[in-house]
Amino acid sequence: MKIFKTITSQAVPLPLVNIDTDQIIPKQFLKLIQKTGFGKFLFYDWRYDSEGNKKDDFVLNNPKYNNRQILLTLDNFGSGSSREHAVWAISDYGFKIIIAPSFADIFYNNCIKNCVLPIILSKPHIQLLFDNEDIMITVDLEKQQITANSITIPFKIDPSSKIYLLEGSDEISKTLKLESEISNYETNHPLYTNISE
Amino acid sequence: MKKTLFEKIWDNHIVYPQDKDKQVDSYLLYIDRHLIHEVTSPQAFESLRLNNRKVRRPDLTFATMDHNVPTSDRSLPILDEISSIQISTLNDNCKEFGIKLYDLHSPYQGIVHVIGPELGLTIPGSTIVCGDSHTSTHGAFGAFAFGIGTSEVEHVLATQCLWLKKPKNFAVNFIGRRKNIHAITAKDMVLYLIRKIGIGGGIGSVLEYRGETISELSMEQRMTICNMSIEAGARAGLIAPDEITISYLKGRKYLPQGNKFDQLLDTWKELVTDDDSSFDMAVDINLQELAPQVTWGTNPSMTIDITDTIPYPDEYSQGNENQKMAAIKSLEYMGIEAGIPITSIPVDRVFIGSCTNSRLDDLVEASIVVRGRKVSSKVRAMVVPGSQQVKFAAEKLGIDKIFKEAGFEWRESGCSMCLGMNPDILSPKERCASTSNRNFEGRQGVGGRTHLVSPVMAAAAAIKGHFFDVREWL
Ligand code: SF4
Repeated sequence: MKIFKTITSQAVPLPLVNIDTDQIIPKQFLKLIQKTGFGKFLFYDWRYDSEGNKKDDFVLNNPKYNNRQILLTLDNFGSGSSREHAVWAISDYGFKIIIAPSFADIFYNNCIKNCVLPIILSKPHIQLLFDNEDIMITVDLEKQQITANSITIPFKIDPSSKIYLLEGSDEISKTLKLESEISNYETNHPLYTNISE
Repeated sequence: MKKTLFEKIWDNHIVYPQDKDKQVDSYLLYIDRHLIHEVTSPQAFESLRLNNRKVRRPDLTFATMDHNVPTSDRSLPILDEISSIQISTLNDNCKEFGIKLYDLHSPYQGIVHVIGPELGLTIPGSTIVCGDSHTSTHGAFGAFAFGIGTSEVEHVLATQCLWLKKPKNFAVNFIGRRKNIHAITAKDMVLYLIRKIGIGGGIGSVLEYRGETISELSMEQRMTICNMSIEAGARAGLIAPDEITISYLKGRKYLPQGNKFDQLLDTWKELVTDDDSSFDMAVDINLQELAPQVTWGTNPSMTIDITDTIPYPDEYSQGNENQKMAAIKSLEYMGIEAGIPITSIPVDRVFIGSCTNSRLDDLVEASIVVRGRKVSSKVRAMVVPGSQQVKFAAEKLGIDKIFKEAGFEWRESGCSMCLGMNPDILSPKERCASTSNRNFEGRQGVGGRTHLVSPVMAAAAAIKGHFFDVREWL
């Protein structure tokens, strides 16, 4: 798995609340059975009209914002469906970081598993970034801080997610090492860990 | 120590407390039941293969196909080639890894959250996961049930466990009684809750639904409420098991009998929140004045009473600029004007189905409204039972005939127009009264306009051709 490094980039502003995973990746693209190639479908219905032409007024279609690795948005980002395809699309498109005042739970977890860093900032800080959308932002996960020009903003992240992103450990291998604990658990809870028919 | 229902289930499933060396705050939890479907599982199986791993407990893993499946004649081949690949991929994966699959031709096929309880896989006190956010449905049985992403599906397949941070306890106290229990349903209760606490109101927490009215609801109605917990942003919903739960489960396919069942019953008695235990958050929801609810916008908190007019963005947002922008965008997308009565809005389509409202109870209640009436000539209406078992049971009661005679289509089971991955979709600008759970932009088809309602309200809208206060008929 990829390991998360310090990133410096400008942000793509998307000032909307409650952007749900149906918008991030519409369902017609959930039929694929691989994890790659979803970037071209990111925000599909906002990016393209019914004939498949780019909509000029959508931010991702403005060349000015090309190649930016940070997505800046508002409350409750990623609500709705659990589809991990939403994060696959975001990551495949080139975003490494999403900054918002809050995230939906399942989406947040899906981000961590795919080495996309979700950063929760207070609304005034977010507003500051929206007001200076061309500013260069440096995100240092190790130090848990964002620097933009001369301003430094600390952010919180739970320790397990941080370690996961920095060390890129394979979580399944880690769990499989606990085999004896798992088997013990099963032995001690026979009523629930067995199924009768 | 006093514990909430959630804390009891949580504590009982800890396999490994935490990564002590690194001060990490997550717990390894055992997962009792893992349900899978065709959309969120293929990448997980692929990754298992690449890493040479096997499924640790295929006997605790159950699969069905629901999201993509056609709801028309099952003897015909699936026309959509990509859907058909996804369905055959699930078939192959289940074969290869030894997982029980209820496929398109099984009498137990259906929406994953409908068949889990039907088969008796959903039991009080257990942990249940599925790569689908509406796994919260199973919380109606007093199980800690929640949706996960595909990476976590892979983790559960390989280890039967998950690393989790402990969510918060959130008490939702329903107070008072509804004035009309047929017209004002569980769906109205939960829509009203989301309207009050917002779609982010439950983030990071497990909602425990409490109060007299909750204990009087049938299991189907409890499932409707827990189903939509995720629409309030919550990780899961919970209702303490009781006699109604036990009588629903008794004799189900995967439940033990005799002595073992009695042992289970003994453990279920403990599954209540102790008096005086403390919740991190709480809200009181008064049911006394509750009216049938209808959504007007593009998320489930944009909800009003059937007697209301569409709110003005200022009125809705109460000073919050971002919410105001969202309301303006929603009104534009929905093609409706602020200030008009919701009952004046005509509908083109009606969908009775989805894991929220496609169980026998839902169909019976809706059929009472439909009986002896005709669907408006301007409306195309359909009923999609949640599972084959629901469909058979409804047909036995003759409910299919009531719907068909009124002009409804009567379909095979699946997710269908809840998310429109199969051919059942809205055309751009078509307006639908839907019993599903999400009114997001494009959810039921690009440009489609969804209004969430209860089954009886959907039935009434089909007949009238516009939203209608079903209390006048019930
Ligand atoms: S019915 Fe709708 S919400 Fe339920 S599982 Fe299917 S797609 Fe998801």
